[in-house]
Amino acid sequence: MSRATLGWIILGWIGYALLPWYGLDAAPTFSDYLGGGSGLVRGLTGAWWLLPILVPLLMSLWPSVRSSRSSDGDWLIASGALGLALIILQGFTIGLNGWTFDGLKALFGEPGPRQGGMGYGAALTAAAFLIVLCHGFAARGWCRGDAFVTSSIGVVIALILVFVFFPVSTILASAFADNNGNFAPGEFVVKFMDRSIWGLDCLTSDLRCGVAWNTLFLGLLVGVGTTALGLAFALIATRTAFRYKKLLRVMSVLPIITPPFVIGLALILMFGRSGALSSVLWEWLGIPRSRWIYGLPGVFIAQLLAFTPIAFLVLIGVVQGISPSLEEASQTLRAKSWTTFLTITLPLMRPGLANAFLLGFVESLADFGNPLVLGGNYEVLSTKIFFAVVGAQQDQGRAAVLSIILLAFTLGAFWLQHAWLGKKVYTTVTGKGDAGIPLPLPRRVAIASYLTAIPWALFTLAIYAIIMVGGFVRSMGRDYTPTLDHLLTAFRIENTERGLYFSGSAWDSFFATVKVAALSAPLTAAIGLLTAYLLTRQRFSGQRAFEFGTLLSFAIPGTVVGVSYILAFNVPPIEITGTGFILVMCFVFRNMPVGVRSGIATLSQIDKSLDEASLTLGARSATTMRRVVLPLLRPAVVASLVYSFVRAMTAVSAVIFLVTAEYNMATTYIVGRVEAGEFGLAIAYSTVLIIVMLLAIVVIQLAVGERRLGRRSAAANANPVAVQAVP
Amino acid sequence: MNQMTSLLSPRSATSKKQAASVEFRNVTKRYGTVTAVDDVSFIIDAGQLVTLLGPSGCGKTTTLRMIAGLEMASSGQILIGGKDVTNLSAADRDVSMVFQSYALFPHMSVLENVAYGPSVQGASKKDAQAMAMEKLALVGLTGLEKRVPSELSGGQQQRVAVARALVLEPQVLLFDEPLSNLDAKLRRRVREDIRELQQSLNLTVAYVTHDQEEALAVSDRIIVMSNARIAQTGTPRELYEEPADLFVADFIGDANILNGTVVGLTGPQARVQVDRLHIDLPHRGAGQGPVKLAVRPDAILIDESGPQPGEIAGQVRKVSYLGTQIEYEVESPIGELFVVQYGRKEPIAAGTPVSISFALQRGVAIIPGA
Repeated sequence: MSRATLGWIILGWIGYALLPWYGLDAAPTFSDYLGGGSGLVRGLTGAWWLLPILVPLLMSLWPSVRSSRSSDGDWLIASGALGLALIILQGFTIGLNGWTFDGLKALFGEPGPRQGGMGYGAALTAAAFLIVLCHGFAARGWCRGDAFVTSSIGVVIALILVFVFFPVSTILASAFADNNGNFAPGEFVVKFMDRSIWGLDCLTSDLRCGVAWNTLFLGLLVGVGTTALGLAFALIATRTAFRYKKLLRVMSVLPIITPPFVIGLALILMFGRSGALSSVLWEWLGIPRSRWIYGLPGVFIAQLLAFTPIAFLVLIGVVQGISPSLEEASQTLRAKSWTTFLTITLPLMRPGLANAFLLGFVESLADFGNPLVLGGNYEVLSTKIFFAVVGAQQDQGRAAVLSIILLAFTLGAFWLQHAWLGKKVYTTVTGKGDAGIPLPLPRRVAIASYLTAIPWALFTLAIYAIIMVGGFVRSMGRDYTPTLDHLLTAFRIENTERGLYFSGSAWDSFFATVKVAALSAPLTAAIGLLTAYLLTRQRFSGQRAFEFGTLLSFAIPGTVVGVSYILAFNVPPIEITGTGFILVMCFVFRNMPVGVRSGIATLSQIDKSLDEASLTLGARSATTMRRVVLPLLRPAVVASLVYSFVRAMTAVSAVIFLVTAEYNMATTYIVGRVEAGEFGLAIAYSTVLIIVMLLAIVVIQLAVGERRLGRRSAAANANPVAVQAVP
Repeated sequence: MNQMTSLLSPRSATSKKQAASVEFRNVTKRYGTVTAVDDVSFIIDAGQLVTLLGPSGCGKTTTLRMIAGLEMASSGQILIGGKDVTNLSAADRDVSMVFQSYALFPHMSVLENVAYGPSVQGASKKDAQAMAMEKLALVGLTGLEKRVPSELSGGQQQRVAVARALVLEPQVLLFDEPLSNLDAKLRRRVREDIRELQQSLNLTVAYVTHDQEEALAVSDRIIVMSNARIAQTGTPRELYEEPADLFVADFIGDANILNGTVVGLTGPQARVQVDRLHIDLPHRGAGQGPVKLAVRPDAILIDESGPQPGEIAGQVRKVSYLGTQIEYEVESPIGELFVVQYGRKEPIAAGTPVSISFALQRGVAIIPGA
């Protein structure tokens, strides 16, 4: 038996016999740490259900006492599996209020034993059992007998089960239950068929349509809009001699570091009742101020602004990917440039266009910030879910039903993309060099592109100008006196006798945000890249299911994640709502797929025999990972660190359910300011966030460093961050 | 860590470890429903260079990777130096490999690449670099150790890969098509270098190639694989002169496969009739009746002085002049023949009628069971 296995067995004993078994945040006393609150002591003093865990712990010691080696693996597997099973069983059968299943209540009488949420001890023991189980599989020759690989697979699967599948299944379960937690499919049908969801009254009368139709309609509009705009930008950037192409690239990155609702906010400052443009129109032309921006038009414009860059990034790759010699072939067959564009270029782009459309559609469905700020009476699913949970109704079952509908829409879109596009990708970039020169755009296409793209680009610039200016004038639209008041309210630092005092109102949320982002970014990158490594470099049964599981959280809208987390983690056995930990885990699993994707993209460019060379030279997988794979993976490391840091700073949809007074996040604080009408403060804070993110990107780039490949192959690393942006 | 250094130090003191044998016992490798290696057994003796030869997809690379521990056998046993290593991971086997792509770490210098093995085994940086310098000198790359792999030529990169594989003085050294990225001239030299190195260091080497000429040139023994199984094992000469089946006859060198009839058996010899010709050959287990013969192109003699009695009449259809040799396509009653003549000055013109006979001392063999 290896020393690593023994080490984990010892950790399992420490978790069981020394660390406090229950409670994460309740400050443990000194005696707790010395075993007072440990599983063993609790077990001996009343919590009898903890005692059986001793059996697998003792079993795991058996192989280290004996000298025989042949059946070590079986013993480790048996003890690990039994230990995990016992911990899970006792955790789910005994809750805060006694037995959790009616059968048990009937059998052993109510209320039965009680227990709280698991703590550090339980977590450590469970982790130890898991690792021991994986080491057992390695000893049986799984994954080439590599314990590091089996353990990594085990850990990733366990984390995905706990933080993705468990919450999602909880939300499914609670959709089929009444408010007392009993199984009630009838209620599901009633809630599901509700008129406010599926009603079509807007077609026949002045009444509003159902929220599901609203959401779909908005999604379709945004999908079409972003695809058209993105295509115009992509054509200009690749096929014309436009002078400000660089600027286009910069503008495509901006929305990624902009908190999603900030664009909505800027729209209000421009077109709202007291907005800059509205005031000008009223004073000069006498056009009355109105609230037209609140509702479908506002949300639509905001989402177009926010998601066009994503369509642009997808389509620029597609346009570049079309082999110029195909177009040249068409021209040598006497096709005019317009005919060539219509019959060759456009059809080749079809999969890319569909991809961009679906991405825009899904983004729009999942967006929460803009509908919240600008929606007015136009309700969409994501905001409706939010109000079902926090509003006057407090109806979790309804939130769950709405979440399922939203989840079905997004998963359906992803499924469509997979089923339809999976077979239809026209790869025209081959290993052979292509000496062709791209066809210049036909005149009418070029003109159409310029006419859509340039006004839109100017509009975007105006919006960002407002974001920059808005925080530093007294009041947009009324009083343009420059001021630092907003900034000072938020970020005042006073110099008192006892040292610096951060008296600004935003400091708490700012520090919490930076802390959570800084914690979750490296975790996200680590888990994401590890998963990518397992997916590309190892072969094991169930790999497809594993891949699906890791990418599933990508397709789940943030609001659904938020609701499912509070439903799943508010009660024992895993009771972590209200902690910073739940925020970190939420970010890790929402952003992990980007790490996985960029890791897979980079790893598949790295020759697999490099790893194998390292293995045959006697380096184990962990060493190989550290000394060969990671240094070559630097671009992916940067990408996933930057992405997860930025997302953690800008996300609003999932966290708005999870924040507490102690762990308030910057975005939720800003949303609160917006709702209170303090636009100046909100905008100033957003500007600060954008600057912090830019700084963080620079710091990450410097800290991780470039990858050293010698002179021949340095320049070919496109940064895969941006293509993956999904809220 | 301590364990590792204590393992390393006596090794560098004695400087040479015993080469080890490699044995496969009924090894099978399956990927899902596909069987890549099917019930293969062989022994590579210590200190020998054995080539795994076969067309692409025959399972030779999978076999090599199973020796390295990069693939795990689905069933069967693998022994290295008499020790069962079937379930050991690559890192735990005393085997090094030179990869087809060389697999030099692009982010490390030549010296760091070669010193990687000892350094991950826990040797100090100084020791590791000293060991690396020694092996770099062995392959003649002293002075280039500060370079990055991409700054070296293909041949130099290949030698770095060999030095890196040698640095731990493994019991078994594996080569996966090491010459495929080199140009034709360099290939001949490098394969001689490899053979020389193997003999002077007394290494056990398993060598994968699809090039039969390369295999014949360097090997002590050759294992010919076809469709996931071993087709024949033997010395280069055995394979060429006594092919076990049609596949081997065709794959090793060129062969004309002709139909003949055994008309009489006397001791180990059989009398075979091909058209009008009668030849005496070792019968190799064939009985009376029809057999197939493998006839090497240079074992067919053609003579333009016109049809001779007791010889087969044919006509030259195509002639290619290749300098050292002249190749012919000859039409004859026993089929289209591919004929090579060495050391002849004047090519026979196409269309010339010729008489055909066989050189009997070598190059003609009965294919058993075909």
